Formats: sequence, structure tokens, C-alpha cells
Amino acid sequence: MTLRRRSLWIDAGAVAALLVVAALLIVLAGGSPGRVWARIVNELVLSPYGWAEALFRATPLVFAGLAVALPLRAGLFNIGAEGQLLVGSFAAAVVGLAAASLPGPIVVVLATAGALAGGGLWGGLAGELKRRFGAHEVISTIMLNFIAAAVTSYFVVYHLAMPETIRTAELPPGAALPRLSDVWPAVRGSSLNASLLVAILTCGVASFLLARTRFGFRLRAVGLGPGAAEANGISVGGVHLRALVLGGALAGLVGVNEVLGYRHYFLANFSNGLGFMGIVVALLGGGRPLGVLLAALLIGWMRAAGLVINDLVPREVVDVLQAAVILAVLVVNALRARLGAIPSPAAPSGEPDRV
Amino acid sequence: MFDVEFLLQGLRISVPYVLAAIGGVCSERSGVINIALEGTLLGGAFAFVLASHGLGSPVAGLVAAILAGVLVSALHGFITISMRGDHIVSGVTVNVLLLALTDYGLKTIFHSASNSPRVNVIGADATGVHPFVLAAGVAVLCVHVLLRRTVLGVRIRAVGERPEALDTLGLSVVRLRYTAVLLSGLFAGLGGAYLANEQASFTSGMSAGRGYIALAAMIVGKWRPVPAMLAACLFGFAEAFQIRLQSHGVALPPQLVQSIPYALTLLVLCGFIGRATPPKALGVPYDREST
Repeated sequence: MTLRRRSLWIDAGAVAALLVVAALLIVLAGGSPGRVWARIVNELVLSPYGWAEALFRATPLVFAGLAVALPLRAGLFNIGAEGQLLVGSFAAAVVGLAAASLPGPIVVVLATAGALAGGGLWGGLAGELKRRFGAHEVISTIMLNFIAAAVTSYFVVYHLAMPETIRTAELPPGAALPRLSDVWPAVRGSSLNASLLVAILTCGVASFLLARTRFGFRLRAVGLGPGAAEANGISVGGVHLRALVLGGALAGLVGVNEVLGYRHYFLANFSNGLGFMGIVVALLGGGRPLGVLLAALLIGWMRAAGLVINDLVPREVVDVLQAAVILAVLVVNALRARLGAIPSPAAPSGEPDRV
Repeated sequence: MFDVEFLLQGLRISVPYVLAAIGGVCSERSGVINIALEGTLLGGAFAFVLASHGLGSPVAGLVAAILAGVLVSALHGFITISMRGDHIVSGVTVNVLLLALTDYGLKTIFHSASNSPRVNVIGADATGVHPFVLAAGVAVLCVHVLLRRTVLGVRIRAVGERPEALDTLGLSVVRLRYTAVLLSGLFAGLGGAYLANEQASFTSGMSAGRGYIALAAMIVGKWRPVPAMLAACLFGFAEAFQIRLQSHGVALPPQLVQSIPYALTLLVLCGFIGRATPPKALGVPYDREST
């Protein structure tokens, strides 16, 4: 058997194993796999509303995935998307509210800039700590996640909250991004909005940035070999810093969907593990922007499926499967590496981690 | 304001941090990064409630929690040690998995999205000192002695620094790392049992970031058991202090007090409070052929 053939068998085995796990989880919860799959086909695959919901759930995952994927190309593990997207969304809401008296489109632009700046600042903090003090980004971003959650919810609860809530006031209606349901009644009730277009556009820009610009080249050079990059006059610390600013800014764009497209206000601690799903998306997408887009679609689709089947079996079936998919990817990578076919793409290369 | 009551409350809050933190010390000294502590706590807590509910005995719950902790860490070990997967990805995934699995279990077994029914628990003794507090202290001592004074401990430390050296001595890197990681699961599982024992029930996502605080305590303690315990207690007492202030009508924002451990850890990471030197081979999968 050729290597490629064997590698295909490993993939097929992994998919089969995941399907068996799914069936097992459904049966253990007292459901029938046939009915669950029929439900998914009827209400998700064959329904415009189902697709709209899947795309709506994929939108923030694209941003969170890119936030992890781009620094990963520089050999950095950005575990901090969770905090960066909170700070970015918070900044979007604060800027949006401060500019509420301006015309709608200007509020949208300013709030988006706020999201980029807030997320970039939080990512840059980890980058600067790494550059200046050698603080490992994995640990520092984990810590910054908690600090971001605490600080944003402090400001919301103590200074900005509407009475009896843990959220800010609403942005002016003019600043709301258009929704697909405005123009297509078949998807009424879905919150899918124009930020999906922003997400797709961002993927394109990120792809161009990586492949065609000097910064992208430096980013990849540092990721592939920090020593060689340094010897060629690239400042590794500077690239690390900029990679984390970029990652943070991308995570901040989650606020465009959350604040401008979906809720129209900032809800304290809304993220609920979204940043960690970004790691999953980046990994499934192989660290490439186009891959991230597809992976976000898959995970968004799974999440929508969870809601569709929730009255048949607990939607956690899907959450368990998401984790199982990653474990499967890790095992498949290991088995392939053992075959000697393909070097493991998951691990960020470069110097050994100094955690 | 600072009375025995305060002391006991501080200790009670510190227990899960201490147990998970020394679990982290065991695992990381052998070279395996353990972000999976959070999920391990959750697994231990759920297993405790499941067994205590099913068998009516909190001691059975304790045994189940330890087994669950070991099982969860075995999964992390399988991915990181046997499959040579990325330690951080594996840890994050294990956490996602356990959060999902316990919520799934909550719904399918206890038919609730938020919490289990109340179960029998292990209570405090006459002096008000909780047996778990003692257990945590003993555990720290055991790990200290293990790492400092036993052959196994020296080998665990060595495998976190220079695995190839142990390999050339004919010792199994894989077996040593599994031992250390399973040990960390044992302690974190116990910590999870304690969480559920305190509430006499399981609530969704009840570990609530404690695994990460423990990780922070481990770093502040510079990967050594006794300092890690002290750091964990520092975090626990800071929380107790904030609760105490609140009950006295002094409203220190809890959000800001809760960020103290994280801010402190950042300072340590940056070298402001002494340089924290992690084990050399931390996070590096061992591959005999590539050395």
C-alpha cells in the first residue's frame, strides 16, 4: 500500500470512529441516530433558515480562528483570543455609544476601528511582555483572558450597565448592520448579518497579507526558523509583537458581529469559550486563512445542528463531538507522522516552548 | 475581622487550588504541560456526585473522583506522550471535552441543564477543620518528599530536563511521564471531589477557571510543591478577604480582586518577582529518533 493510500485509510477510520461516537452519544441519551440525522437533514441541510443560522454561528469563529492562525504562522500560540475578543467587543460598544449622535455608517466605521484597536491592544500587551521580558505568550495570554473578563465586566457592572442587567445601553438603530432576513423573508428570525461578508473579506486580506506582503514573509520566516530569520536581519521580537497585535485585532472583530450585527450592545462575558473554539478552528484549518473559513463553516454548522436537535438529544452531543474531532486530528497527525508521510502541521515550529 | 473563621474560610477556598497546583507540579516537572487541570477538576467533581448519588456513599464518590481524574489525565497523556501531540492543544481540547461531557451527563443522567440533586458529603470534624484541608496538606508534603527524596522523584525531574539522558540509562521516558501525569490527575480529581463536596452537588462548569488559577499558582511557585501551595493559599486568602470585606459592607469590586492572581502571575512571568525557570524539556514531545 502506498503512503497516500494508507493515509487515506487513517482519515476514513477517523471519520468512521467519529460517526460511531456520535451514534453512541445519541443512543446513550435515549435518542435514535436515524431520527437525529433526519432532523438535521430536514431543518439544516434543506432549510435556508438552517444555513443562515450555521453561517451566523460561523462568523465569529472565522475571526477567532484567524486570531489564532496568523500568530501560529509566526510560531506563537495565541490562547488569548478569548480576552482579546472581549476587549475588542467592549471597545466597539463604548466607541459606538460615545459616537451615537453621528450618522449610522460613521458609527459603524468608528466602532469597527474600536474593535480592532481594543483587541490589538490586548494582543499587543502579550506581545510586548514577550518581547521585553520573555514572558511566554501561552501563559500570559491565559492570564490576560481572565483579566480582560474581569476588567470589562467591572466597567459594565459598575459604570455602564442598564439597570438590573449586565449589559451596556443599545447602540443607535442606524448603526445596526443589515441582516439577511431584511431582504429574504425565508430566513426570518436568523441573526445572520453583513459581518459574514466582513469575515470573508478578512480571510482574503489575511491570505494576501501572508502570501504577498513583506510582513507576511517575515511572519512565516520567523515561524519556520527564528534563528535564521534573526540572522537575516529580521527582528524576531518585533515580528512576534506585531503578530500578536494582528491576532488581537482579528479577535476584536468578533465585536463587529456581536455588537454591530447581533445584540447591538455589549453583554459582560458573552464569549463563553469562543476564543478557545478559535484554536480548534485554526487547527482544523491548518493555519491557513482559507482553511480557517472552511473549518469555521464546519464548526458553525455543527453548532447550528446542536440547536436543531436539542429537543431530541442534548445539544452537548455536538459539543462533545467538536472536542472529539480535534482529538481525532491530533491522533491522525501522529499516525501520519509515524508513517513518515507528512510532517505534523499542528505544532508551531521554532524554538522549544519555554512556558 | 481576622479570626479563626476567616482562616478556615481561606483554607477552604485554597484547597482545590492547592491540589490542582501540585498536580500541575507533578506533570510539568516531568515535561508535560498540563492545561488540562481545569477539565480534570470538572471530571473529578462529576464523578464524585455520580458515585455518591448512585451508591449513597461520599467515600465511593472520592474513589470515583480519583479514578476519573486519572482517566482524564490518561487521555491528556495519551495525546501528548504516546501521540506526541501538542501539549497545549491537547490540554485545551480536554477542557472543552470535559465541559461538554459533564453537561451531557448532567442532562442524560440527572435530567437538568444546570445542576445535579444533592448528594451525601464528607463533613468537617468537631474542630471545624475539613478532612480535605488535611489531605491537601499531606498531599503537598508527599509530592515534596517524592520529588526531593525518592529515586522516582529524581527521575521525574530529570525526564523533564533531559529525557534523552534517562533514555540512554535504559529508563522509559514514556513510563515516567505517564506516572507523573497520572499522579497529577489523581490530585486534580481529588480537588474536583472537594468542589462537589463543598456544594453537595454538581453544577454545570463548576470548576469555573480554578484549574487555570492552579496553573498560575504553580508558576508563581516556580514549579516547586511547597511554594506552589503557598501561592495557591495566597490566591485563596485574597478571595476570602474580598468576601469578608463585602460582608462588612466594604464593596471592593469582586472582579478586580479576582484578577489579583492573574496579574501577580504576569509579574512573575516577566521576572519582576524572581526568574521562574521552567523544566527544560517542558512541552517538547520526546522522540527517540530525533535526538
